[in-house]
Amino acid sequence: MTLGLIGRKLGMTQCFDESGVLAPVTLIEAGPCVVLQKKVVSTDGYNALQLGFGDARENKITRPMAGHLAPSNSKACRYVREVRINDPDRYEVGQTLDLDIFEDGEKVDIVGTSKGRGFQGVIKRHGQHRGPESHGSMYHRRVGSMGMSADPSRVMKGKRLPGQMGNKRMTAQGLKIMKRDKSTNIIAVRGSVPGSANGMVIIRKSVKAKRS
Amino acid sequence: MLGVVRDFTKDQLRTDIPHFRPGDTVRVFLRIKEGDKSRVQEIEGVCISRKGGGIEETFTIRRISFGVGMERIFPLHSPLIEKIVVKRRGRVRRTKLFYLRQLRGKKARITELSLAQRRALDEKLSAAAEAQAALDAEAEAAAAADANEELEAAVESEPVAEQQAAAEETPEQEEKTEE
Repeated sequence: MTLGLIGRKLGMTQCFDESGVLAPVTLIEAGPCVVLQKKVVSTDGYNALQLGFGDARENKITRPMAGHLAPSNSKACRYVREVRINDPDRYEVGQTLDLDIFEDGEKVDIVGTSKGRGFQGVIKRHGQHRGPESHGSMYHRRVGSMGMSADPSRVMKGKRLPGQMGNKRMTAQGLKIMKRDKSTNIIAVRGSVPGSANGMVIIRKSVKAKRS
Repeated sequence: MLGVVRDFTKDQLRTDIPHFRPGDTVRVFLRIKEGDKSRVQEIEGVCISRKGGGIEETFTIRRISFGVGMERIFPLHSPLIEKIVVKRRGRVRRTKLFYLRQLRGKKARITELSLAQRRALDEKLSAAAEAQAALDAEAEAAAAADANEELEAAVESEPVAEQQAAAEETPEQEEKTEE
């Protein structure tokens, strides 16, 4: 399916694209990731690569984790995530993947955890409008109608209500790779990426972009 | 971490932009692409603002064309800018000259720097440029020394490369002094 890497969001800046126009970009430290484990249909029911990324202190990892890392000879890694693939035969446990799996100009999807906003009302969370603040309105930022009456006598599923906003897994799709820097393992993608700087992200080949 | 972001855009920064500041009249040579042809358009006006830093730095040019005020904002490091020529050094007392928008005709003029002021500015700029050149040469030398330890054959070509690099670095420094 979609090969990817684990990375770390570094922050945003701008860069000039090929036509000389200033474009917003997000810098991501992408990999290198070690293949810790291969999951295959025959044993696991699906095909995937388990990747490790980031430095962790050796004394901070548990013994079971150390045992898990042993076959790949990997040093302690902070993040362990899976990416689903179709062709597990092409990869070996212990192999290192880096940003060479992407090309300049390629479209990628970036999975991250959005910034948490806490428990938010319906105006901030769903972009609904507020009522009049004065003239005796008494209806300021409240949730609107809950729905119909005796029929159906319940609130419809999916009714937009206040609740936790953000701090949730999000995917930004079809972002273009503007630049890659092999020496520092930095990828610049056009546009913004979920989460705060230093947050963990997964960079995957785009599922929707047309393959050439 | 921010340092990483800054370093990433470093190679896109232009070092050939002359020093200018709000109040100066500059001529911008802008490359314009029309179909498969490209030509250079010249836009002259007063710089009324410089904003941002690093790759994000922009400047605003204001001029009156056909009786209508026109303003245009350029990214300072844009590859579409062929070159910038400073036509006139103005004497102004603020860094944002938005008050010019309210003024018409003779009132919208900016006095030019006096000869003495001009000289002082030039001196400051060249001194800063020299200091930067010296710094760069030092860094180059250090880098060269490192390289020499690995590869002694490169010794002959080094001094020439250093001077060139120093010369290239000069305009960049000019900008810095102004800030």
